[in-house]
Amino acid sequence: MSVIKVRNLRKKYGNFEALRGISFEVKKGEILGFLGPNGAGKTTTMKILTCFMSASSGTAQVSNYDCFKEGLKVRKKIGYLPENNPLYMDMTVMEYLHYRAQLHEIKKKDIPVRIAKVVEDSGLAGKLYNPIGSLSKGYRQRVGLAAALIHDPEILILDEPTAGLDPNQIVEIRTLIKKLGKEKTVILCSHLLAEVELTCNRIVIIDRGRIVASGTPAELRNTVDGHANVQITAKGDAKKVTKVIEKIDGVKHVSTRQVNDRGATGYDVITVKNKDLRSEIAKEIVEKDFKLLDIHREFVTLEEVFNQVTGKSE
Amino acid sequence: MTIRHVKIIMGKELRGYFNSPLAYIFMTVFLVLSSWLYFRSFFLIGQSSMRDFFAILPWFFLVLIPAMTMRLWAEEKKLGTFETLLTAPITEWEAVLGKFMASFTFLFITLVCSSALPMILFFIGNPDWGAILGGYLGSLFLGAVYLSLGLWISSNTDNQIIAFIISVLVMFLLYVMGESFVLHTAPQKLVPFFKYVAVGQHFKSIGRGVIDSRDIIYYFLTTYLFLYLNVVTLKSRKWH
Repeated sequence: MSVIKVRNLRKKYGNFEALRGISFEVKKGEILGFLGPNGAGKTTTMKILTCFMSASSGTAQVSNYDCFKEGLKVRKKIGYLPENNPLYMDMTVMEYLHYRAQLHEIKKKDIPVRIAKVVEDSGLAGKLYNPIGSLSKGYRQRVGLAAALIHDPEILILDEPTAGLDPNQIVEIRTLIKKLGKEKTVILCSHLLAEVELTCNRIVIIDRGRIVASGTPAELRNTVDGHANVQITAKGDAKKVTKVIEKIDGVKHVSTRQVNDRGATGYDVITVKNKDLRSEIAKEIVEKDFKLLDIHREFVTLEEVFNQVTGKSE
Repeated sequence: MTIRHVKIIMGKELRGYFNSPLAYIFMTVFLVLSSWLYFRSFFLIGQSSMRDFFAILPWFFLVLIPAMTMRLWAEEKKLGTFETLLTAPITEWEAVLGKFMASFTFLFITLVCSSALPMILFFIGNPDWGAILGGYLGSLFLGAVYLSLGLWISSNTDNQIIAFIISVLVMFLLYVMGESFVLHTAPQKLVPFFKYVAVGQHFKSIGRGVIDSRDIIYYFLTTYLFLYLNVVTLKSRKWH
């Protein structure tokens, strides 16, 4: 069942078309990665879904409520962490969470329970009475997340949740998002491939206001052809080795490159799609008395997918 | 619209006022300066009335009120909390009213603090209570108009200083429109219009202790107008 349905969404800022017909759906319980270069239209889409903005045309539905007509109902379903995580610096964590809880109409007697829950979930214990302005960036991010979770929303929309954090903090926040993804539907916006690859079940790549690719990380990798998927390092005459490899059934192309090992050459082998030829190649090279130093299969990185699809449009 | 939402935002903003030293500074400066200016001539004139106090009050408001409203929206816009606030399940009207009521309450408290003056008058003379109460009532009405205007101006910028300066300017124009030297130089046809629109005229008649429904209607309408414009400004984010 799809909890978010977006159909042919367009948004114009003056003459600039930020979104040029975007359609996608998010199923219940999914963690969807919304990936794209800066300025691709990610934040605009999120602002429309959270009813902060309206679109120029198209429809957007959250839990079967229309984002343009039933904004208040939609907003109750969504926990939103906007880009740059805006917070009131002079409030303490406790005051802020209490304020957000009130805004979401949580009953007075339930507020302490909810606050205790989100504080535990986001690892904010011990910082409750600190002013937000005195917290580190990592903790502020947790405060933002805790505030987004305060009303136990079905859907969580996170816009660049790890921007500006150090590597340790990034890992912590990702773990947290994964944990949340078990109970909630999550949309995670990012321009970092590693981030969505590690946390999301499905990825939508958007570029210049259009969706250019979508699917699971594995599906996306499959869309890219012509990639070297076996890398070999071997000693011996490069031309001969190349010939030996080229003869193997299923090999499409072999190219050489320099490697650090002395007297050795590196080979990039492109094979037929989805075929593992490592054992055959290793066998041939060893049988012909060349010295095989290394052989491994190289997975297509999402980076390459990304470069290909974002380069393709226009 | 839910009164509870308005109260939540009002509570948050009021705490904001009193958690920052700025509020106390403004209150103190206002009370000290206005009392000083009042008492400077008080013993010379020797009348137990607050006419002079209410005569200078609008000029104090010109600085005091923009200082109270400049932060309310401009800061939210600067911090980006504008987005978290308006993606919470509340309406624009609730947010605007909450902020307005907070600033109004703050003004009310400031005016209550100045009630030491009528107390003193009560002990040393026999003041005209009608005029004093009228003066305070008029001050609250005038304050409401200025607050709603300042709040609206604040919602158009993310810079508090700009909000402050523009507010001072607009309030000044709105006030001096009714002053006699403007009325004398303005085209004859516009004079009745100027007279009705200017905030000062209505303030003066209430300050005399004359409570006229036309003045009350004027104050309610103008306050409502600016609050409404504020809501329109907030909603306009959606269209561009």
